[in-house]
Amino acid sequence: AALKDGLRSQVSAALKEGRVTPTELCQRCLALIKSTKFLNAYITVAEETALKQAEESEQRYKRGQPLGILDGIPIAVKDNFNTAGIETTCASNMLKGYISPYNATVVQKLLDQGAVLLGKTNLDEFAMGSGSTDGVFGPVRNPWSYSKQYKEKSVPKSHSEDEESNWVITGGSSGGSAAAVSSFTCFAAIGSDTGGSTRNPAAHCGVVGLKPTYGLISRHGLIPLVNSMDVPGILTRCVDDAAVLLGSLAGHDPKDSTTIQDDFKPFELPNLTDVSKLSIGIPKEYHVPGLSSEILALWSKAADLFKNAGAKVVEVSLPHTRYSIVCYHVLCTAEVASNMARFDGLEYGHRSDKKESTESMYAATRREGFNDVVRGRILSGNYFLLKQNYEKYFVKAQKVRRLIVNDFIKVFRSGVDILLTPTTLSDAAPYMEFIQEDNRTRSAQDDILTQAANMAGLPAINVPTALSERGLPVGLQFIGRSFQEKQLLTVAKWFEKQIQFPMIQLEEVKRCDNYVFQHQKSASSS
Amino acid sequence: GPGPGPGPSPRGQRAVACNAKGGAVPAGKSGLAPWIPVVGLEIHAQISSNSKLFSGSQVQFAAPPNSLVSFFDASLPGTLPVLNRRCVEAAVMTGLALNCSINKKSLFDRKHYFYADLPAGYQITQQRVPIAVNGSLSYSLYIDNKMSQMVTKTVRIKQIQLEQDSGKSLHDDTRSQVLVDLNRAGVGLMEVVMEPDMCCGEEAAAAVRELQLILQTLGSSQAVMAEGQLRVDANVSVHHPGEPYGVRTEVKNINSIRFLAKAVDYEIQRQIDELENGGTILNETRAFDSKLGCTVPMRDKEGKQDYRFMPEPNLPPLILYDAKSLPANMNHQQVINIDWIRERLPDLPSVKREKLVEQYGILPEHSFTLLNEDGLAEFFESVVKQTQMKPKKVVGWILNDLLSYLKQHSLTVKESPVSSFLLADLLNLLEKKEISSTAAKQVLAELWKGEGKTPLEIVKEQKLELLQDQKELEQICQAVIDGHENE
Repeated sequence: AALKDGLRSQVSAALKEGRVTPTELCQRCLALIKSTKFLNAYITVAEETALKQAEESEQRYKRGQPLGILDGIPIAVKDNFNTAGIETTCASNMLKGYISPYNATVVQKLLDQGAVLLGKTNLDEFAMGSGSTDGVFGPVRNPWSYSKQYKEKSVPKSHSEDEESNWVITGGSSGGSAAAVSSFTCFAAIGSDTGGSTRNPAAHCGVVGLKPTYGLISRHGLIPLVNSMDVPGILTRCVDDAAVLLGSLAGHDPKDSTTIQDDFKPFELPNLTDVSKLSIGIPKEYHVPGLSSEILALWSKAADLFKNAGAKVVEVSLPHTRYSIVCYHVLCTAEVASNMARFDGLEYGHRSDKKESTESMYAATRREGFNDVVRGRILSGNYFLLKQNYEKYFVKAQKVRRLIVNDFIKVFRSGVDILLTPTTLSDAAPYMEFIQEDNRTRSAQDDILTQAANMAGLPAINVPTALSERGLPVGLQFIGRSFQEKQLLTVAKWFEKQIQFPMIQLEEVKRCDNYVFQHQKSASSS
Repeated sequence: GPGPGPGPSPRGQRAVACNAKGGAVPAGKSGLAPWIPVVGLEIHAQISSNSKLFSGSQVQFAAPPNSLVSFFDASLPGTLPVLNRRCVEAAVMTGLALNCSINKKSLFDRKHYFYADLPAGYQITQQRVPIAVNGSLSYSLYIDNKMSQMVTKTVRIKQIQLEQDSGKSLHDDTRSQVLVDLNRAGVGLMEVVMEPDMCCGEEAAAAVRELQLILQTLGSSQAVMAEGQLRVDANVSVHHPGEPYGVRTEVKNINSIRFLAKAVDYEIQRQIDELENGGTILNETRAFDSKLGCTVPMRDKEGKQDYRFMPEPNLPPLILYDAKSLPANMNHQQVINIDWIRERLPDLPSVKREKLVEQYGILPEHSFTLLNEDGLAEFFESVVKQTQMKPKKVVGWILNDLLSYLKQHSLTVKESPVSSFLLADLLNLLEKKEISSTAAKQVLAELWKGEGKTPLEIVKEQKLELLQDQKELEQICQAVIDGHENE
């Protein structure tokens, strides 16, 4: 079996039948991680523990008692999830060297089902950013920067230019996870999504990025950015695999009071053939200034695809969309200011040497531990929470949030099943260009299409759609009704099948993957 | 600005006497307008529960430092609060006992400030909508020093809110360090806010004492001030009749009910003296110094600090039900039913007092004192059961003899060397007229020594028997008269 294979469709069967062992799989992933080190997708590679987990999985397969479909499957986890015994840094100086004593619930669930935890992936510091460029371990490089498809299309600006300065960003903030999946170093990765942080890098890296409904998957152990919007995100190479991961992670957690009580039943996605009963909504406000003509055309093509297949495609309106970024800015920074208050150097993490007084120790610790982006958001957030400002900003933003939520409710009540929108404004920008603007500006621009779904707690998914003129991936987003992931993923899967997104052609992967595969399938087929 | 005036009244002198109607009598220099003192209280009661308000670590007094700290208590990143059901029940019970409206929906908020004993940088509390509001507490106190007549007063309860306790920080100045113990961090508290309906230290003390008894009866808090389970902050101001309320100060660091009365009275007098000398009162926080018996400035009043309140996003609104609103298919284990709790409330102290009066025919004042001492009412009832003496007479022995002895030797009822059995035994001898009441007192004195002798043994030893035989008496009298014939 190849590293490129779909989890459910090929690898799981291969493991069961013994055509490949968990140890082999793990070793090949680890080797590929090493040879793609320049991507900087991983902060920590947990080689020893991963091999041990693989060995234990192998024993289970030998006994004919695998724990389930995830047994022996190499997975990567974003470095803002607590992993016991493995460093959790949030790409920040504040938590460099921090070894958590407990596993996040999603991590525990993965381990309980026999998954092999390869390592922790890179991100923007504390998940603040849309490029995965602002962490203390450096930026993540989009694997597509090194793809045949991109190299063929890129024209060097001058003789001295080489691919070193031409590389493009992954998007963020779960860029490391997206790059890890995209470069075949793991079969799935966990990210987080607060304003688009899973879907954005998924779109730029050509992978599936699922943001589940708020309250479906436990946040216990996810170091929070915005508690009322954060969700663990799932990144995979095909929609079927996202459904598998969802099935293994969703469900009530008594440790997280914001998870719903209802029982969650894992599901297999049906192969939808008849879309005539489907109603697809196209929100006109998502045709934003700055949306590239390429993506606009793709969006239109996708709508036509559904129409031609018999689905009802209607234009809808979400009138408060344009206020969502400002609203998000207020609520996000306010929560950030609050959530970051615990980082004082006293109980864990970085502690400054300044000892004159508790206050000076706190101040120095926080100045040394946080980057400008984090500090900027804390200052803004504290401003909005001041007694004299609270009504004007925070409460107002909550009211606007309610209006945004109501927009979606109205549209879904009118008979629309799924919304179809672009995920990003354009394909991935070159790093040198991206860093010309500051984090705040970029975030405001890049979150615009993804972030309303977080405001409303709705499930949304990026499906890789096509390659841009520059040879880089572009994705489209589907947004569904609360807790209707099955419907959302079923439609996404149908779409995935229609468009047959091309597989990335990476030198490094070819070298590592020596086997001739019997079924040379792309990640999107089944 | 305020000039240096003469100091406040000497210690021990009650600055302001509250008359029966609760108003103030004029104090300070003669000829000036009278002052009305206004006293409100903020009381924090530690909830009696096995584990903390939002985490599973244990609640225990005086455990080794940092031995009762969960990941959540230490504010480890990624941990989330989970509400403790028992704490909610304790707050509902307390709210019902204080005649409050229980809010069927209440909310949690974050109150932000930086301090070494607050690991998360914020406290989870209920600022917007607390669990209970608009209650009242009735308490009694003696009108005068003679303890002969009681009067009943009421103080309004503004609200009861659930919130986290902080850890403890100890300042080690010798080594220039602060030692932090998080055992107490996250323990559940009920903050009970009493409106400024009180006018002096005695009222404040009586109100707190009554609250303490109620909490102990309910079991919602052990309310032992010495163990920090009951903390009282007093808000004090003075004004002239007809004028708006004066600037108030907050008095903290009050460690007993006795000190509460002292602190409040001192502060009232301090403010009166300050104002009568042309000074002003600062809206500040003051600490009570129990050694000196005065209040001293502590830090800027918290009003100056902006707590940046924000809803706690990790806790959904707390929904409580009653018999009417309880959904049919709801599991009883999963919800809290206010009516169910109400039905199971024990008799509150006021009810117990009435019952004692009714059942035993004793005076309300006696009933009050019986319940005011831990275990005394039970002791009394136990003696009554074991003796034929009328309860009205028994209570005299309990209150005049037993209690005064205990007070003299600073003993609790539990520590009494004279058990209810022994006392009943003695009172039976008295009732059967086998000894006189003078003799009984002598026997009692002997019993205090706790040497294990029974009343009858002591009577025989000291030959205290009352002679009943007429003939014998006549012989003795005759012998005495004969003995003195020659004088």
